[in-house]
Amino acid sequence: MCMLHLTTGRVGCLLSKQVVVALTSSGARMSSHGHHEVSDSVDMSQPMYWDRLDTPLPDRPWKDVLDSTDKSLKQKEKGPWTALSKEEKIALYRLKFNHTYPEMKRPSHEWKTVIGGMFIFFGITGLVVFWQGHYVYPPQPHTFGEEWQAKQVQRMLDMQINPIEGFSAQWDYKNKQWK
Amino acid sequence: FSPVGKMFRAVVRLSTSGVRNLARTRPCYSAPLSARCYSHAKVETDEEFDARWVTYFSKPDIDAWELKKGMNTLIGYDLVPEPKILDSALRACRRLNDLASAIRILEAVKDKSGPHKDIYPYLIQELQPTLTELGISTPEDLGMDIL
Repeated sequence: MCMLHLTTGRVGCLLSKQVVVALTSSGARMSSHGHHEVSDSVDMSQPMYWDRLDTPLPDRPWKDVLDSTDKSLKQKEKGPWTALSKEEKIALYRLKFNHTYPEMKRPSHEWKTVIGGMFIFFGITGLVVFWQGHYVYPPQPHTFGEEWQAKQVQRMLDMQINPIEGFSAQWDYKNKQWK
Repeated sequence: FSPVGKMFRAVVRLSTSGVRNLARTRPCYSAPLSARCYSHAKVETDEEFDARWVTYFSKPDIDAWELKKGMNTLIGYDLVPEPKILDSALRACRRLNDLASAIRILEAVKDKSGPHKDIYPYLIQELQPTLTELGISTPEDLGMDIL
């Protein structure tokens, strides 16, 4: 079931995107509480509506304040359903339920936001790293220079570092070049 | 031949109510191999399960809450209900004058089938007489199976 942050008065669903807590436009339940509470909050002591794949029948219908056309349709529902037209059947469904199952399962575009946000943060991080490399790092040690590195390689070859499988094994001592 | 485990007997003297004997049962690890500690509960067969649910929804004066509770519980199980259970549930919807819930039930079992696309057509095929009799249109008939 959906958990709501009642302390902040915000309606939000932490567990499942498929749960929609209905703030009915009919307002029959909300208006009876007056205006002393934050308008976003939901009265959890009342039966709730939800759209959930795993719980098909919620505690209350989607629309519980019916106008006269709805009421007459509900009366007709008490008779044989073969007498109802397709539009009337759809209307009866929509009175009781908000989303159909395919609507509940519709894909969202959220992944684009997620991936986009990721790349934005990578980019910001990249800028930070670049700035840091330019302004924060001390000068490179002198041992990184071209000349020093060349002398270092020559010294390693002279010492025959890893002559069997590693560094010096790649050097052709006879012809004085890399293999 | 004496058992490996011990029977523990504790004698407790209570001040006002006299002496009581407490005996604990033999621990299971000392039981012979032929009598392991499996639960002795009876496993319900599929037929019993189906019959139980058909009976549940067949209650003549079933109320809306019982229908909701039954369906929500049934959909919570790791199975797709048999056509006879769904038939009983749809008839319960009829008694409650609730066409919307009947259509919702059909949507729910289609969703329960998951990747097994052949289950739902089978259910509809089995339920077709009931659907025709009661005048329940499938979500496909009403164009509600697509966005």
